[in-house]
Amino acid sequence: MTLRNLWRWLRTATGDDAYERYVEHRAKKHPGEPLLTRAAFYEESQRRKWGGVSRCC
Amino acid sequence: MLKNITGGIFAVVGAIALTIIAVHRNEPVNALWIVTAAVCAYLLGYRFYAAWIAARVLSVDSSRATPAERHDNGRDFVPTHRWIVFGHHFAAIAGPGPLVGPTLAAQFGYLPGTLWIIAGAVLGGCVQDMTILLLSTRRDGRSLGQMARDELGPLGGFAALIGTLLIMIILIAVLGLVVVNAMKHSPWATSTVFATVPIAILVGFYLRRWRPGRVLEASLLGVALVLFAVISGGWIDGNPVLRAAFDFPPVPLAAFVIVYGWLAAILPVWLLLAPRDYLSTFLKLGTVAALAIAIVLMHPQIRMPALTAFVDGTGPLFGGKVFPFVFITIACGAVSGFHALVASGTTPKIIATEGDVRLVGYGSMALESLVAVMAIIAATLLDPGVYFAINTGAGIVGAAPEAAVHTITGWGFPVTVEQMQHLAGEMGESTLFARTGGAPSLAVGMASIFGSTFGRGLLSLWYHFAIMFEAVFILTTLDAGTRVGRFMLQDFLGHIWKPMGRTSWYPSVLITSALVVAGWGYFLYIGVIDPNGGVNILWPLFGIANQMLAAIALCVATGIIIKSGKARYALVTLVPLAWLALITSTAAWQKLTSADPRLGFFAAANDLAAKLSSGVLPPDKAAVAPQLIFNQRLDAWLTLFFLAVVWFVILDMARVSIRYLRGLPVSGSSEAPYQVSRSTSP
Repeated sequence: MTLRNLWRWLRTATGDDAYERYVEHRAKKHPGEPLLTRAAFYEESQRRKWGGVSRCC
Repeated sequence: MLKNITGGIFAVVGAIALTIIAVHRNEPVNALWIVTAAVCAYLLGYRFYAAWIAARVLSVDSSRATPAERHDNGRDFVPTHRWIVFGHHFAAIAGPGPLVGPTLAAQFGYLPGTLWIIAGAVLGGCVQDMTILLLSTRRDGRSLGQMARDELGPLGGFAALIGTLLIMIILIAVLGLVVVNAMKHSPWATSTVFATVPIAILVGFYLRRWRPGRVLEASLLGVALVLFAVISGGWIDGNPVLRAAFDFPPVPLAAFVIVYGWLAAILPVWLLLAPRDYLSTFLKLGTVAALAIAIVLMHPQIRMPALTAFVDGTGPLFGGKVFPFVFITIACGAVSGFHALVASGTTPKIIATEGDVRLVGYGSMALESLVAVMAIIAATLLDPGVYFAINTGAGIVGAAPEAAVHTITGWGFPVTVEQMQHLAGEMGESTLFARTGGAPSLAVGMASIFGSTFGRGLLSLWYHFAIMFEAVFILTTLDAGTRVGRFMLQDFLGHIWKPMGRTSWYPSVLITSALVVAGWGYFLYIGVIDPNGGVNILWPLFGIANQMLAAIALCVATGIIIKSGKARYALVTLVPLAWLALITSTAAWQKLTSADPRLGFFAAANDLAAKLSSGVLPPDKAAVAPQLIFNQRLDAWLTLFFLAVVWFVILDMARVSIRYLRGLPVSGSSEAPYQVSRSTSP
């Protein structure tokens, strides 16, 4: 595993690149449609994440 | 062929390790043998048992599209690499439970807890997590409660929902108590834990306003600040004025935790909960990895005997015999019903292919079980006398250090006041006597491991790092749990009065959050004023509740397996279910009917009431006695309610299964229809 791969893996694992992946997904599946801003995407993803059981004992 | 050879090697090494643990009775055994036996058991379970279950019982089919693939929206449904899903799922299930339970269960000796952690995980906990994960993946990520309603019936679903809400309340109370006991009269620990709140808020602003979504840089900043807070806690501890400002007795600390919990639940998630979670996840994964490395490098001798005299039920940490109470005390780490909620929540929405459920479901739980094994090692490498001096409440051994060491030495575990003072000095604390709850003794164990591996001069730093580390993710669980409890309550009250069900209506948010916080706040307060430490009552109650939730999850799994025409394989979930039903029912029965005031709730209430009316209690104990008496009775009724709920679900599952086996109509499967996966279609 190269250093670049490791870095990419770390970014995906932590959600650091979540917005870039979202933009990529929209460009591929829904080109030309409006996008959320980086801040709005972050806030929405946090609200969704904490809307259910995502942490345990 | 190669796989069978490696499997054979694991089997032989594991068997040797277990034999060594079993025959080393009168001389200390090395912790590495325990780790080796555990790791071999997990690998064998994963390689053979989990593979067999996946193929035969669950008919895992990689050609079947998962919800992540079918609903791929770039947001919550995202097909994700299996190791990343593994990491997310592990971070979600691993909390303070597997650290606290094994620490308390060490009063029976190292052997019962260790064997249960390993066997319970391989045959029970891992199987439950993997099965529920697959069943939920096949049902578009539906929750455990919804699956219970769809597959068993509305009453089974309702029972699962009520059970979950009550468990959440008990869980948060006991975790809050662990934090309060770790902070009481410890300016260093208190200032460090307090500092994590503004640090989390700073990271929250960073992630929301300044550099939106840059998780890695924000987390690095936060972790650096938290580590600095641990170091500066030492300076605060050394300054007489600041020291006094952070020196709190338990009741104000409990009030702080209660107010904090309410604020955390009503503030937007980006401000406090989300950033705190990033910090706690990084700390958790880093510390677990460091602990594993340190245990291998240090390979300490276990000082606790294999079995202590307390297997007969006279244990000072909590009452009750080794059967069934070792199985109740160690819930997380062996079998944890709570995991079924996570496995039927976020994770099924990001699984890329059904083939990944073995790694994610079975594998993550095996790793969590290894964390529990490390916790029991950290507890049992301490001198047993020291372990009991830290973990026994003043109500049992006496408040004066001389009285405590006299009693504990009398049990056959010699310890001296000087030894305890020296240790407290090394850890940077004024005293370590009666620091119940498990966190301080775990922190002493972790500090010894880290200290002897990475430098002994820093013992007090390691100790407070360990305390901060536990507190940070206990508070994360507290925030997240209060919020989940609120959603459940809103859903429930919404059936009575519509507006209460709207999760964004602020009056409803304030009221339901306050109700949930009042629920756990009550149990936390009672635990704090209890002279025996409170953990001795609350932890078994939590264990019973968590194991009963696991029984409910296994009922849902068993019912679905039978309804899918695989009754001949139903033993896979039926055996752990029967075991959990047996231990929880026995434990609940003993808690209800035992005449021993240290075990039975009613016996304790009556005993205290008799002492109160005859006037033998000292004034400080008499003042809190009426509340303790009421609480013991309340705990008894709560236990009875849990027992009724779990047996209700078991009977409902049996009813549905028998109807199916006799060819009578049952509710249809709620599985999403088969759709071929793009990855396998031509």
